[in-house]
Amino acid sequence: MSLLRVDKLSIRYGETSAVNDLSFSLRAGESVGLVGESGSGKTQTALALLGLLPANAITTGDIFLADTELLRAGKRALNKLRAERIAMIFQDPVQALNPYVRIGQQLRRILVAHGLAAGKAADERVIEMLQRVGLPDAERQYRAYPHQLSGGMQQRAMIASALLAEPDVLIADEPTTALDVTVQAQILELLEALREDTALLLITHDLGVVAGHCDRMLVLEQGRLVEEGWTGDIFAAPQHAHTQLLLAAAPRLDRTDVPRPVSGEEVLGIAGASVSYRERGRRGGRLQAVREVDLAVHRGETLAVVGESGSGKSSLLRAALGLVPMQSGCVSYCGEVLDGQVQSRAVAVRRDLQLVFQDPVGSLNPQMRVAAIVAEPLSIHEATLIADVRRRRVIEKLERVGLGEDYLQRFPHELSGGQAQRVAIARALILEPRVLVCDEAVAALDGSVRQQILALLRDVQDQSGLAIIFITHDLAVVRAISHRVLVMYMGRLVELADNETLFARTRHPYTRALIEAVPKPDPTAAAGNAPLRGEVPSILTPPSGCTFHPRCTYARDICSEEVPRARLLDTTMVACHRAEEI
Amino acid sequence: MTATSATWRKARKNRVVVGSGGVLLLLVVMALLGPLISPHGYLDTDFGRILHAPTATELQLFGTDDLGRDLFVRTMLGIQVTLLVAVVASIVSLAIGVLYGAVAGYVGGRVDAVMMRLVDTLYALPFIFFVILLMVVFERNFLLIFIAIGAINWLDMARIVRGQTLSLREREFVEAARLMGASTPRIILRHIAPNLIGVVVVYVTLTIPQAILVESFLSFLGLGIQEPRTSLGALVDAGVNHMEGAAWMLLIPAALLALILLCFNFLGDGLRDVFDSRHKS
Repeated sequence: MSLLRVDKLSIRYGETSAVNDLSFSLRAGESVGLVGESGSGKTQTALALLGLLPANAITTGDIFLADTELLRAGKRALNKLRAERIAMIFQDPVQALNPYVRIGQQLRRILVAHGLAAGKAADERVIEMLQRVGLPDAERQYRAYPHQLSGGMQQRAMIASALLAEPDVLIADEPTTALDVTVQAQILELLEALREDTALLLITHDLGVVAGHCDRMLVLEQGRLVEEGWTGDIFAAPQHAHTQLLLAAAPRLDRTDVPRPVSGEEVLGIAGASVSYRERGRRGGRLQAVREVDLAVHRGETLAVVGESGSGKSSLLRAALGLVPMQSGCVSYCGEVLDGQVQSRAVAVRRDLQLVFQDPVGSLNPQMRVAAIVAEPLSIHEATLIADVRRRRVIEKLERVGLGEDYLQRFPHELSGGQAQRVAIARALILEPRVLVCDEAVAALDGSVRQQILALLRDVQDQSGLAIIFITHDLAVVRAISHRVLVMYMGRLVELADNETLFARTRHPYTRALIEAVPKPDPTAAAGNAPLRGEVPSILTPPSGCTFHPRCTYARDICSEEVPRARLLDTTMVACHRAEEI
Repeated sequence: MTATSATWRKARKNRVVVGSGGVLLLLVVMALLGPLISPHGYLDTDFGRILHAPTATELQLFGTDDLGRDLFVRTMLGIQVTLLVAVVASIVSLAIGVLYGAVAGYVGGRVDAVMMRLVDTLYALPFIFFVILLMVVFERNFLLIFIAIGAINWLDMARIVRGQTLSLREREFVEAARLMGASTPRIILRHIAPNLIGVVVVYVTLTIPQAILVESFLSFLGLGIQEPRTSLGALVDAGVNHMEGAAWMLLIPAALLALILLCFNFLGDGLRDVFDSRHKS
């Protein structure tokens, strides 16, 4: 008997169709994955289930929750159903929680509003629920404001609020996308454990998450259901071309065709780099983002810099580029020591070091057309160039990144994310730089677009010997493109090794945990336990000794007392007291 | 190479912008041509026709006032003066405010702190006191009104532009330009300023009604435009005295004043939509 039944659901906005003739059902206790690229109608479907679609949406079809029709239900009836029968977990807990109301109060209101409990009984149930979702010290968190909790803890509170009224159906819209990979593993494990007989609709773009946590899956393409079935069957033999494409683009760590190390002369060197920021509010307080990191990048090499949020990976490279001041240490380019500030560096050096940002649209001036954006570096560095030549070079670069002449007159907001990132890359490449830093340059892109961009970068590198530094939190990207990998944790170097060695012979417990935490797009592999407990500590109050010791299963006394020095083991640079034993 | 032409096209499609802009344009044309067409002059008194109600004969569409002057011509003149005061005051506030705000925002640090504290200090001065002081010290002067009104409006403009510059300075495309090797003037001119235009244009259309109100208020108090010249505010003031016997003296200029204010407010709202949706889509 199906609990939730969606029948021929279509959602339109004027002439644009968001969801088209979608039918599926959800049985009690079942977990179903809803998969698709951005714009495929996943979130629209979720909003329709909850009656949260904007007023200008035109819907047809039916949605039945048991025997209640949801699509045409009145506001009052819907309000009653939400939370009690059907609940949702949003992608970003920071935006879903009210920052001015204490966690406990927010959760309590759900019980009171639905008349499920009041007074002391409500408090007790909230605290009990907070304990169940694994919030340490639940009674204290009851009185905490959302900003006092870390991202992972906020998402736990969000899950608690969704489960509080014991709904029959739980919808999770990309519940772990905003979280670090080690925290993601914990949250997914929690969802699994708490579900009991709640039906779960898990919306995600990450096939690894589906493989490990869903019984069945639905694949959407541009609002249409293209494939539906048991997760195992679909992964083993995808029928529809789009599913095959998604699976082929799914990030995997177990690939064997990884790039081999290359040898070229050093182009960019960083020695003993430390970066700190003055902290707002507190007098004299400094936030130590990067501590004494050494790094060398060679011609024709791709170096990946990996770490969770707050690991200092962006700060390190921004300092190298001269965008943020370095506290100590120095940067050299082709053996020459560079000034710390980008403004005081020689023009010739500046044109050789370029950066591609994470948010492709944000890094393009919204008031300029593509032609002017790509040409700008030329008009700064080769101002004497005649307009015709400049135009030709712009077109040439646009074609190089897979865009044509017809994009010249477009504005950034008229481009898709992938196109905008291509424009940003064209702008970075037009001066033929020798080092390109990509700061999470593919994180905001869909799987298939991501692959195209990575292939493009590799292509450029093969032709020009460009050195690429790739900042990312995504180990699958690392595995696919990098020659060498630098792993950072709380501002320090943790491990530095070539791609093959890092994955085959992992030396540091943190690196190992990171690798294990990545969800594998393979339903036959048992979903492992979350490899790490706890979360990244606050960078303002770093733990003593090895900053990783509170979360490390290998920790001994020495780990909390002495900072491990980075040392060379075989070909791996590693900073761990017990590296030999691991 | 900026987005101006695209914005212009979008503005022309926006019904609110076209409607309110059209009405304003019509009023301006009327205010300029009306006195030329009418057989009466704004100074001509006719003691045989005192406080006559509006009539089509002799083109006295708005009637006459207590000195027998033709109110149609005087009202058109009032619109001229009111719009002139508003536009000039807004240009003054625009020029000072944008420059001041952009410099404070982009340079930042101590310069910013000092410049903005000065703005705070000026804010603290009671405006009417300031204007009365000006009027007393100098002679009552047409120009003085522009300066007085512009001198308070630029404070708001400076704050808004500074805030906008602060957030623009942190945007990734500005960082990208810095990395590219762009100089500071180039960044301000090519990257900061074009992105300020949207906010500034919208804000100007909202300061114009503010300036009109202030001018009307001053004229109503007898501190603004002096006889025999007139403005809509002065006409309303005169109308109040004859509210019972000659209601048209109050109602017509008051209605026109309200119409102009509404049009500018609608224009501002419409333009804000035009500039906003460009980033959305």
